[in-house]
Amino acid sequence: MLVQAITEFCWAPALFLEAAPQRLLHLSSVDIAIVAIYFLAVLGIGFYLKSYTKTGEDFFMAGREMTAWVAGLSFLAANLGSLELMGWAGNAYQYGILAAHWYWVGAIPAMLFLAIVMIPFYYISKTHSVPGYLKLRFGEPARALSAISFGFMTVLMSGINMYAMAVVLKVVLGWDIYFSIWVSSVTVALYVTLGGLLSAIFNEVLQFVLIWLGALLISIIGLIEAGGWSGMVARIHTNFPSQDFTHLWSTLGSFQDNPMGINWVGIVFGLGAVISMGYWTTDFLVVQRVISAKDLRSAKLAPLIGAAFKMCVPFIVILPGLLGLAMLDTPGHHFLVAGDVATAALEKGQVLHSYDEVLPIMLARYCGPGLMGLGITALIAGFMSGMAGNVSAFATVWTYDIYRAMIRKDATDQHYVTMGRWCTIGGVLVSIGTAYLALHSHSIMDYVQELFSFFIAPLFGTVLLGMLWKRATGPGGFWGLLAGTGSAIGMWAWVKSTPSAIQYIALSPYAKPMAENMFRALWSAIVCVLVTVGVSLVTRPRPDSELVGLVYGCTEIPSEGHLPLWQRPIFWAGVISAVFVVIQIIFW
Amino acid sequence: MHRPGMISIWFFIGLLLLAYGILILGSGIYEWNHPPTVVLAELHAAVWWGILLTVLGLIYTLKFKPRRGN
Repeated sequence: MLVQAITEFCWAPALFLEAAPQRLLHLSSVDIAIVAIYFLAVLGIGFYLKSYTKTGEDFFMAGREMTAWVAGLSFLAANLGSLELMGWAGNAYQYGILAAHWYWVGAIPAMLFLAIVMIPFYYISKTHSVPGYLKLRFGEPARALSAISFGFMTVLMSGINMYAMAVVLKVVLGWDIYFSIWVSSVTVALYVTLGGLLSAIFNEVLQFVLIWLGALLISIIGLIEAGGWSGMVARIHTNFPSQDFTHLWSTLGSFQDNPMGINWVGIVFGLGAVISMGYWTTDFLVVQRVISAKDLRSAKLAPLIGAAFKMCVPFIVILPGLLGLAMLDTPGHHFLVAGDVATAALEKGQVLHSYDEVLPIMLARYCGPGLMGLGITALIAGFMSGMAGNVSAFATVWTYDIYRAMIRKDATDQHYVTMGRWCTIGGVLVSIGTAYLALHSHSIMDYVQELFSFFIAPLFGTVLLGMLWKRATGPGGFWGLLAGTGSAIGMWAWVKSTPSAIQYIALSPYAKPMAENMFRALWSAIVCVLVTVGVSLVTRPRPDSELVGLVYGCTEIPSEGHLPLWQRPIFWAGVISAVFVVIQIIFW
Repeated sequence: MHRPGMISIWFFIGLLLLAYGILILGSGIYEWNHPPTVVLAELHAAVWWGILLTVLGLIYTLKFKPRRGN
């Protein structure tokens, strides 16, 4: 999940702005040609698709005509940004294989839940957005709260991502930070403005393929050098005999036993049951891709296809981090350092590389001209797919849930398409403004990322109760969402002002910031659910007839009984669940 | 998605992979006698990765190429 990835993305932003004494990589003419061809391709697709983007359904929902494969791959690509790649590779170097929890227990159950339980309601209600569903289920106040917070935070996050990516390009390639910000963001603005969600999705599929082909080689050659998986594990144990970097669950008995400072309760309930459920089932950035599918079965299959590939992503993200532990480090000594240590060293004129540079460092270790260009293109493609996801989701929520709902209700479809196009440009400009703001005030990055995470967990509680409990009322949904978000902000402010308070939030004096994030999300979701239930029980419920298509028990879900077994989503959900369990046992 | 006349996304992907495959394969062949200073350069990764991309690109380009009357 991007938010945690960036929150953990602890290379110090100030580090390389004034001067990058030495760049990590040098591009040859072949590499530059590969990057240039990529830019031409994404722009060409945007121009080509403009003629197919005429109505609001085309621009905001890609005509609801996506196949399961296209929707599923773009669902995953919108999340697979370059900061996600680099941040989690860095986390794997820092925490070991525990970082893979964010790809397995922190993603797969939520994707399966989205596919089997939640998609029917999103799809049958014909909503165009998650705030749109809240309007249908809980009324205008819940939609307004959700839409404004989502729209506002999405463009800010997009700007923060843009800034972080520009810093990476500065560090890795020595590119000017303003050049990187403008070239990449104008490219995204052009192709999304021209082709809307259709263009964003098409390019995300292309970017998904490039990310895999660009990053896969690092792991393959790395494993050859390390002598396979067992050779890599043996090297890590030799380098760090007193720490366990290679077990997924066996070190989670207590906070002190693992480098992340977290226990299994935080991982299973905080990450698996709340944060990942909140992100994968209610963040409109990813949900938008799924509800653009051509029919209900495709919409249910899309997250399953995404889940199958998500299970494999650790091979190109976590494995390079582990290979760094094995191949870059020497006994008892880390080659890479924490971001703040690298910053302090640079102030003394010393160049140290931070954890999050492990992916480009491994790229430089194994990839010569040509392959280097492909790897860099993968990073840029990741950044652009994430940004296009943010911008296209923002354009939809702004146009349908804010502009049409609150400012101009009766305009023509063409007017809303035009508004969506301007909104895309406006969203990119606000993002650029945020990137410039981050350039001058680095602490804003942390605050924006934390703020964004506050909305995810309570929103999951609200949407889940809305879909599964017909007694939930409009006031219950609104006040539950508000109370959950408020409690998350309150807990965050408490720990910020009194650091020792983390022991009360995360239930242990040994808890580290990652544990605080997980437990804060868990408590805020619980507060949201309790308030929603409490307020609902004392307010008047809506009649069942008004809840058709919105709530379990009032909605007829089309049967798939007539399909052969292998065509049913539930069958594939079972297969993915079985593979997921086997993976957990293998890496236990 | 299937709209009359619309070129499949897989065709664009095929074209891009084909272009990348040819560039990387060419670079790999040149590097055969001028190996880059990377670990395991003797594996000539650029050659076989370039071949893989070229083959994948060809398959997707031919399978999804726009047909007359479509």
